Amino acid sequence: MTYLAKPKLRHPDLPINKLGYTRRDYEGSVSTLCAGCGHDSISAAIIQACFELDLPPHRIAKLSGIGCSSKTPTYFLGHSHGFNSVHGRMPSVLTGANLANRDLLYLGVSGDGDSASIGLGQFAHCIRRGVNMVYIVENNGVYGLTKGQFSATADRGSKSKRGAINGDSSIDLVSMALQLGATYIARSFSGDKTQLVPLIKAAILHKGAAFLDVISPCVAFNNHLGSTKSFDYVREHNEAVNRLDMMTPRAAITAEYAPGTVESVTQHDGSTIHLRKLAANYDPHDRIAAMTYLQERASAGEVVTGLLYVDNDPSDLHDSLNTVAAPLNGLGETELCPGPAALDKINASLR
Amino acid sequence: MKPTDIGAPEYFHKVVDCQWACPAHTPVPEYIRMIAAGRYADAYMVNWTSNVFPGVLGRTCDRPCEPACRRGRVEDEPVAICRLKRVAADYKGDIKDRLPQPATSRNGKRVALIGAGPASLTVARDLLPLGYHVVLYDQDPKAGGMMRTQIPKFRLPESVLDEEVDYILGLQPELRLGKRIDSLKALLDEGYDAVFVGSGAPRGRDLEIPGRQEAKANIHVGIDWLSSVSFGHIDKIGKRVIVLGGGNTAMDCCRSSKRLGGETVTVVVRSGFEEMKASPWEKEDAMHEGIPILNFLVPKAFIHKNGRLTGMTFDKVKAEYDAKGRRNLVPTGEPETLIECDDVLVAVGQENSFPWIERDIGLDFDKWGMPVVDTTTLQSTNPKVFFGGDAAFGPKNIIWAVAHGHDAAISIHKMLQGEDIKDRPPPTVNLASQKMGIHEWSYDNDVSNDLRYKVPWRDPSETLKNIRLEVELGFDPKLGFAEAQRCLNCDIQTVFEAKLCIECDACVDICPMDCITFTPNGEEDELRQRLMAPARNKTQDLYVSPELKTTRVMVKDEDVCLHCGLCAERCPTGAWDMQKSLIQMTHAEHACSRSHA
Ligand SMILES: Cc1cc2nc3c(=O)[nH]c(=O)nc-3n(C[C@H](O)[C@H](O)[C@H](O)COP(=O)(O)OP(=O)(O)OC[C@H]3O[C@@H](n4cnc5c(N)ncnc54)[C@H](O)[C@@H]3O)c2cc1C
Ligand SMILES: Cc1ncc(C[n+]2csc(CCOP(=O)(O)OP(=O)(O)O)c2C)c(N)n1
Ligand code: SF4
Ligand code: SF4
Ligand code: SF4
Ligand SMILES: [Mg+2]
Repeated sequence: MTYLAKPKLRHPDLPINKLGYTRRDYEGSVSTLCAGCGHDSISAAIIQACFELDLPPHRIAKLSGIGCSSKTPTYFLGHSHGFNSVHGRMPSVLTGANLANRDLLYLGVSGDGDSASIGLGQFAHCIRRGVNMVYIVENNGVYGLTKGQFSATADRGSKSKRGAINGDSSIDLVSMALQLGATYIARSFSGDKTQLVPLIKAAILHKGAAFLDVISPCVAFNNHLGSTKSFDYVREHNEAVNRLDMMTPRAAITAEYAPGTVESVTQHDGSTIHLRKLAANYDPHDRIAAMTYLQERASAGEVVTGLLYVDNDPSDLHDSLNTVAAPLNGLGETELCPGPAALDKINASLR
Repeated sequence: MKPTDIGAPEYFHKVVDCQWACPAHTPVPEYIRMIAAGRYADAYMVNWTSNVFPGVLGRTCDRPCEPACRRGRVEDEPVAICRLKRVAADYKGDIKDRLPQPATSRNGKRVALIGAGPASLTVARDLLPLGYHVVLYDQDPKAGGMMRTQIPKFRLPESVLDEEVDYILGLQPELRLGKRIDSLKALLDEGYDAVFVGSGAPRGRDLEIPGRQEAKANIHVGIDWLSSVSFGHIDKIGKRVIVLGGGNTAMDCCRSSKRLGGETVTVVVRSGFEEMKASPWEKEDAMHEGIPILNFLVPKAFIHKNGRLTGMTFDKVKAEYDAKGRRNLVPTGEPETLIECDDVLVAVGQENSFPWIERDIGLDFDKWGMPVVDTTTLQSTNPKVFFGGDAAFGPKNIIWAVAHGHDAAISIHKMLQGEDIKDRPPPTVNLASQKMGIHEWSYDNDVSNDLRYKVPWRDPSETLKNIRLEVELGFDPKLGFAEAQRCLNCDIQTVFEAKLCIECDACVDICPMDCITFTPNGEEDELRQRLMAPARNKTQDLYVSPELKTTRVMVKDEDVCLHCGLCAERCPTGAWDMQKSLIQMTHAEHACSRSHA
């Protein structure tokens, strides 16, 4: 960790967004994580994404569980709402908050221990309900905060810092999210912000359950030879299926692409994702094919990254519950308690 | 781009903007840290070694370092480097036992120095300890040159100057004061092994417009008038004074007039206020004393009655720019302006003049009447004769005179040791890590926004009455400490070891100034566009690493780095380290010990 506060001074030519903020205005307090932790890079990517999307910080809620990863919301978006919940329970707190006020942007930040071990059930139900959120797992394959025990995402056969071999099968959260019906699924790497930032931006603009599995090396306990979550390993085995180049409704494509290599995906709010294909036959709209492809590449020892699945016409929990458009927490007593006549009517309909 | 060679002595030197900009390359952050630590005598000696007149310069320097200061690029105003130098001088105590001693044996070589201004005094200081027999000539009765004759005492008390001149005279040059040199040829014939011309730019420009002759009793050339004031030959002036000119001499003239009986003192300049040659702080000081500066007025005539000056007329002009961007002053057509006055001081420029140098002694002059002098060695076309200070390339300032003095001393020393004077001794560079523990650094790196502190002044009701009373009181130790803390320690360098980097981005994320980028390599111009923040200041280098594992390179824009060390603090592998680069210019003394080593 660092004892010095980051000086308020900034580069005089730092870009300013539509709200008049620089990227620095989206920062939080200085990180207390180990120097070099991948999680800090993910925080920086979130900051960059929110800045680029001109998001008003006070319309964002950050929710997390327990772990080094779950501590990070303190280190970004210092002017947003935050709730640091109980280990593995971020999803239910987020779901509740989202039901109460559907107008905020929900950022769930979790770790592989938080989501794949103690919180696996919470993770599954939150995704299958289609809560409108960005759910980021900062995946380092260990319990960083409790000194580096294997987590449930550690690959079978990978080696701990002290030399122990992991004998258990690993949980692949991306495969689970595909199976559970998430409508936006991506995997990326903390050490590749050019890939990560656009993926976060597109996830923010997605209306539905957006899940990001971000491999994030733990420099203290899982960045050695024999680890499959180290900087070197991920860089060597990274297979990106595509790249998101541009994704705001406003930005025009400036780069030139060979015909057939770019696919434009228009999201619900009218924003467009321009996907540059790297794996020629990969179709990010085919859930079943995606599952197969992932299993195939994983057994070949590759870490598939990129936008893996997106539903062009997603729906969320509020759609299926048919809630009113106004946030519930904004409704007054008359709307919430319509009186005995309304109750009678409901009761009658149930007879 | 090619990987940066941080072994080249200039690379890190350029990062220390103030030191790089200083003609004498004084290690500024090094002495500022000493001031912050209360080590005033040490800070003084760092200065004295480098710039010879810390007490004088701490009050009068033109401070080319301050516009260069990095603090000015990340905040509004630079560190008050100059006035901090004064703090070192004011609080140093007795440092005599740290000064070099007069040489115990002489080397048999005789060197004449013409003029006893800062340039010659620097040559004397560098050569005397090496055993040279130095003969110092000046037409004036005391050594000091224009530091004594021109700079008013309310800016530079005589005691401060005397002290620092005496440190040099203590090295025992042979003094021939009150002796004007009228023939360089005759002097050379006396068999000197080398001659240094440090005679300054002694002639003030005059203004030949109607009425000049008739009203001459009340029209004075600025620098002549100032030296008469300095020597006490003049102690009053009329109630209404016009000062013509926009340079520092004009500012000294008007402020002096105000102290010698001038009630309405007006400065008049031909061109715009912004274009005046005087330093901004000199202008401020004058205006602070109630002296208006009128601009865009071209002198037309001196008005006189019965042989007495009564006023001056001016044409009002405005600035127009032609297609090439050149400025012309064109009349506005308004009626001429009359300003009534009793005295006029003409401070419209200063010139060199060498009537005492014969043109047949192998010493070439150019078409402007200036000697042909090598800018590095300061040698003239007569190999025995060297020039420095204002005499070499026209009027500049004290710190340039000092820098020339050091360079000329090296040349003279090398020449008289039979070495090639073109082969210049490189500066000494020391790089040392400042890491003391996991989160401990040997310097104070907690950078914050911090505005420049003002130097306290004595009350004008006192200073305007006494021309010898110093206006500025200087920082006291408390203010000095606060101002010293504004220094960013630019000499504590960020040093990158590519082999250790795992490309985790931690340094990129933490850097408050977006200095660091990991990116594919490219040509400099193109690379500058695609960094974390655009690197538009091309005077500042990019630090480029060798290729890393991912085939990218680390590029650091040196421009606005705060030297806060957060990158090094955040790096998990120690790929970044903060290392102090102490760069010291080699003077004649070191060159000597080196060549004999
Ligand atoms: C009014 C005024 C204010 C200034 N204020 C500042 C200031 O605040 N800060 C600053 O940095 N600079 C200032 N300067 C400029 C600075 O004084 C000079 O640049 C500097 O003194 C030059 O040093 P020098 O050694 O080249 O010569 P000088 O200081 O000019 O010394 C030359 C000496 O040579 C002597 N001499 C000349 N010819 C002969 C001869 N033939 N025989 C014997 N002796 C001779 C002269 O008497 C003189 O003493 C000021 C100048 C003026 C005019
Ligand atoms: C209910 C409960 N059980 C166990 C713990 C101990 N604990 C704290 S953090 C953590 C694991 C965190 O792992 P992960 O979510 O991967 O975060 P990381 O530190 O690796 O980023 C555990 C088991 C706890 N705080 N609460
Ligand atoms: S223990 Fe690991 S996960 Fe936690 S801060 Fe340190 S490097 Fe990051
Ligand atoms: S010292 Fe390092 S972290 Fe601080 S401004 Fe310079 S490059 Fe950035
Ligand atoms: S923090 Fe250190 S290891 Fe990480 S990218 Fe920067 S220099 Fe490299
Ligand atoms: Mg973990």
